[in-house]
Amino acid sequence: MSELKHTALGLTDDQVLEMYRYMLLARKIDERMWLLNRAGKIPFVISCQGQEGIQVGAAFALDREKDWLCPYYRDLGMVLAFGQTARDNMLSAFAKKEDPNSGGRQMPGHYGDHRYRILSGSSPVTTQVLHAVGIAYAGKLEKKDHVVLTTCGEGSSNQGDWHEACNFAGVHNLPVIFMVENNKYAISVPLTKQVAGGDIAARAKGYGFPGVKVDGNNPLEVYQAVKEAAERARSGQGPTLIEAVSYRLVPHSSDDDDRTYRSSEEVEEARKVDSLVVFKKYLMDHELLTEEKDQEIVAKIMQEINEATEYAEKASYPAPEDLYKHVYA
Amino acid sequence: MPVMSYIDAVTLALKEEMERDSKVFVLGEDVGVRGGVFRATVGLYEQFGEDRVLDTPLTESAIVGVAIGAAAYGLRPVAEMQFADFIMPAVNQIISEASKLRYRSNGNWECPLVIRAPYGGGVHGALYHSQSVEKIFTGVPGLKIVMPASPYDVKGLLKAAIRDNDPVLFFEHKRCYRAIKEEVPLEDYTVPIGKAAVKREGTDVTVISYGLTLHYSLEAAKSLEQEGIDVHVLDLRTLVPLDKEAILEATAKTGKVLIIHEDNKTGGFAGEVASVIAEEAFFELDAPIRRLCGPDVPAMPYSPILEKEFMLTPEKIATAIRELAEF
Repeated sequence: MSELKHTALGLTDDQVLEMYRYMLLARKIDERMWLLNRAGKIPFVISCQGQEGIQVGAAFALDREKDWLCPYYRDLGMVLAFGQTARDNMLSAFAKKEDPNSGGRQMPGHYGDHRYRILSGSSPVTTQVLHAVGIAYAGKLEKKDHVVLTTCGEGSSNQGDWHEACNFAGVHNLPVIFMVENNKYAISVPLTKQVAGGDIAARAKGYGFPGVKVDGNNPLEVYQAVKEAAERARSGQGPTLIEAVSYRLVPHSSDDDDRTYRSSEEVEEARKVDSLVVFKKYLMDHELLTEEKDQEIVAKIMQEINEATEYAEKASYPAPEDLYKHVYA
Repeated sequence: MPVMSYIDAVTLALKEEMERDSKVFVLGEDVGVRGGVFRATVGLYEQFGEDRVLDTPLTESAIVGVAIGAAAYGLRPVAEMQFADFIMPAVNQIISEASKLRYRSNGNWECPLVIRAPYGGGVHGALYHSQSVEKIFTGVPGLKIVMPASPYDVKGLLKAAIRDNDPVLFFEHKRCYRAIKEEVPLEDYTVPIGKAAVKREGTDVTVISYGLTLHYSLEAAKSLEQEGIDVHVLDLRTLVPLDKEAILEATAKTGKVLIIHEDNKTGGFAGEVASVIAEEAFFELDAPIRRLCGPDVPAMPYSPILEKEFMLTPEKIATAIRELAEF
């Protein structure tokens, strides 16, 4: 981890501990979902593991009372930091009626929550990047000062919608932050076969706005980049592209087997620089965290997740007749 | 009450709705300074400014995707596709996003969006400026599909579409733009989405159509008067939601139904209308249901001979009606 200090970024000791707690919460919810999936209790999981530092670092750099998110399916850490709970996400995992994202209609990871200005998303990739531009444009028309953060993976950044969105936002100088969470794999296809030149941040040059590449395993570095981007956006200086580099620590989804396309040695190497590992070390080095305190935080999180799991498992499914609701107004 | 063209009714509806509601804005290619390649948005840029009459980059998916984001936020965008043929890059945004936003969020989000698209042939537009594309969307629940034939309905239905809380595809037949004129009130009014209209009462054959072929059907009906064939004509006006009641009533009037559209036959909307009749009004029928549609070729060619062969005409329609009358 670089020499970047949280105090130099204007973050208090409590705030960085809170960031760490959200990262852990996301990781532990995700791990629980895998367990539930392997136990045959939920049909599907799509993971945030390895990207928590990006997601929480970015969320903390925004105004969580007024800014908007158009996230993608790995952004568990981000939506938690914006207000969703373990219970919300367990209700989604079990496809129960109370699931705030979709009432049990969508797969887990398809976030959408009006309470926290998180726009509902789909499975085709980067469609949400254009929606983010639309929300930013609406803010301009309505004279609001919200910023919109939208994310996607590095493979998805090849889609036409992604290019159209960057270009549109660049032309109209809109308050959007395009963040690509580069976890080095699009299911099985590595970065080298996805992105010509290997550098997504460099593409910003063509759109006429800054592109920055940050270490996604360092939440402080992500925080700093998103903070600067949000300040630029809010002061009328337009969009920023951020490429945050990390690693996908688990298979693409519960239906994937990553042993068929990458070595376990490679994954083990990546685990050593996992954002949770490096951020914990940072907090301990700065005497903000001890092993004992860490255990306490984990215990509290596990209690929250246990309660959420129990609640969601017992909660009601949608009724069969709910199938027909909300097709039209 | 002034007489105005179909396209002037489009412009008037947009102007009135933008005056009424500051959340309404238009976006598309060349809609601003130029006032649209067909001049549908003429004068709006001058009246409402460049932010509400937005010239976008040449990117159909972005026009619709940005409009979806703005609609979800709470605005009422009216997106223009320069030609319906060019809606294809935006189909993912329309089908995966706009049509499903309300449903997938369990009613927590909505998408009050209108997409206007000039469609149809007979304008020497060749393969990629002549297509009818409605069949791509009629089987997608969550969308509403409006296809007016006349200026009065254009104004009333476009205003209703803008005030609707669901995504509406508003298809305007290019050949109607300047060819079709009628009296249009300057006062505010809407025409309800989902209601067909009887355009002519008759007792021998029922024609069900929409768009340009509705006018050709009325011409054909008039020419058949002297042969003693009395034609009943129903204008669907909206394809989704479909006015089944009006279809069944029109079927019962004559017991002989001819469904007509310019979109090609296989998979075309006439098949849906015919199915409704077969399922719900079989015993009203005195003859097989007939369809007269664009041919099953990929699109309308440029050469005038080939274009003419593709297009339906009042004569082709009269022949089909006569055959059915004689059944």
